[in-house]
Amino acid sequence: MAALPDADKLCEKLARELKAVVKPSTAMVGIHTGGAWVAERLHAALALMFPLGLLDPAFYRDDYAKQGLAKDPKRSKIPFEVEGKDLLLVDDVLHTGRTVRAAMNELFDYGRPATIALVVLAERDGRQLPVCAQHCGAKVDVPAGMRLRLKRGADGRLSLELERA
Amino acid sequence: MPNPQLNADGELQHLLSIEGLPRDIIVKILDTAESFAGVTERDIKKVPLLRGKSVFNLFFEGSTRTRTTFEIAAKRLSADVINLNVAASSTSKGESLLDTVANLSAMQADIFVVRHGSSGAPYLVARHVKPHEHVINAGDGRHAHPTQGLLDLFTIRHYKKEFGGLSVAIVGDVLHSRVARSLIHGLTTLGVPEVRVIGPQTLIPAGAAALGVRVFHSMREGLKGADVVVMLRLQNERMSGALLPSAQEFNKHYGLSAEKLALAKPDAIVMHPGPMNRGVEIDSSVADGPHSVILPQVTFGISVRMAVMSMIVGGG
Repeated sequence: MAALPDADKLCEKLARELKAVVKPSTAMVGIHTGGAWVAERLHAALALMFPLGLLDPAFYRDDYAKQGLAKDPKRSKIPFEVEGKDLLLVDDVLHTGRTVRAAMNELFDYGRPATIALVVLAERDGRQLPVCAQHCGAKVDVPAGMRLRLKRGADGRLSLELERA
Repeated sequence: MPNPQLNADGELQHLLSIEGLPRDIIVKILDTAESFAGVTERDIKKVPLLRGKSVFNLFFEGSTRTRTTFEIAAKRLSADVINLNVAASSTSKGESLLDTVANLSAMQADIFVVRHGSSGAPYLVARHVKPHEHVINAGDGRHAHPTQGLLDLFTIRHYKKEFGGLSVAIVGDVLHSRVARSLIHGLTTLGVPEVRVIGPQTLIPAGAAALGVRVFHSMREGLKGADVVVMLRLQNERMSGALLPSAQEFNKHYGLSAEKLALAKPDAIVMHPGPMNRGVEIDSSVADGPHSVILPQVTFGISVRMAVMSMIVGGG
């Protein structure tokens, strides 16, 4: 099995890629928890005008009836007007696409963005909805029965890891 | 005996009383309420969590604030809310509590919010509902008012950050107060080292000390160094017999004036579950003063009730 890509390097690569698309109306929203870590890096690297927004779409998920409320829902904070912005929506791993759908539903309850582009550190197969990332750090093959997760160490370093689903 | 509030997996199934709730469930309710507070600050104060669910407000006793905040909480979770004016309907025609509930269940209810003058009525309902139906106690007799207790805990945590090291004084008519009982159980479960009750002998229950509280009959002693002062409403409608000489006499000894409040810590907060009797248990200068967090309590009550509803339906 090929080694997993270095998450810190992927952040740098994404930052370089995004520099070319940033406009005065660009704002960034990270999805809790892993997506928020990546977004913090990218937001600092891009020096965006608007403060970073954080989203926990737990209250918008479609699996609530089956699985109930997420273990520890975080408070969503969008500290800028969403109306008319070009949003970069940031997550760690794109898998089924359901988190992204829930996050977009929540964003529209804050206002009507001009555009939303999806930025992910890594994507894997298994999409269940028509969702694709406009900016992706790496494509990772994940063996059956495994899950790809982003971890953050005490020193702040990010790393991708495989664990049992 | 299994805890009637929890399902086989130890998740919250009904909310009947703070007494007997594990600490981690209380903390999870407060944490979840914190994230719902974010929703209530937006322009669109609504999430789709309980879409298609029906919440029946069953109030056998009058209430405006509690019923309204339950209704707002349910609506912000996208549930459908049906308010039953029970006093003016079936019960007055002789229908029993369980028959009323069985009929509403036949109308596909998901949550019953029950307020009743008799202690234990919500327990009776919880024992007879179907597995997918949930019961929230919105106040039963003198027994419990758990969502009020939880919003009080939320308010204290909001302003004081931590429970360890706090001194909380609960003042007034403790005897008739389900709010006081629920709050005391919550405070002791969360590890508040000093819970005091202050009131005349006739309005403090005989077994108060057994709940783990210190009993005071003098405001001067009881308020000294308190971080949180919770004033209780003088419950005229629950009083029978001569427990008090007069409301004026009560105000003189146990009403919270600015002068008495000065005995508490300089950064003390003042709470009241409402409705207030101004000039009886609390003076206007305090109720409207800088220490008062009485109106924020009402706002927090909405997110706390959203948290409870979403946890009992989704398993918490």
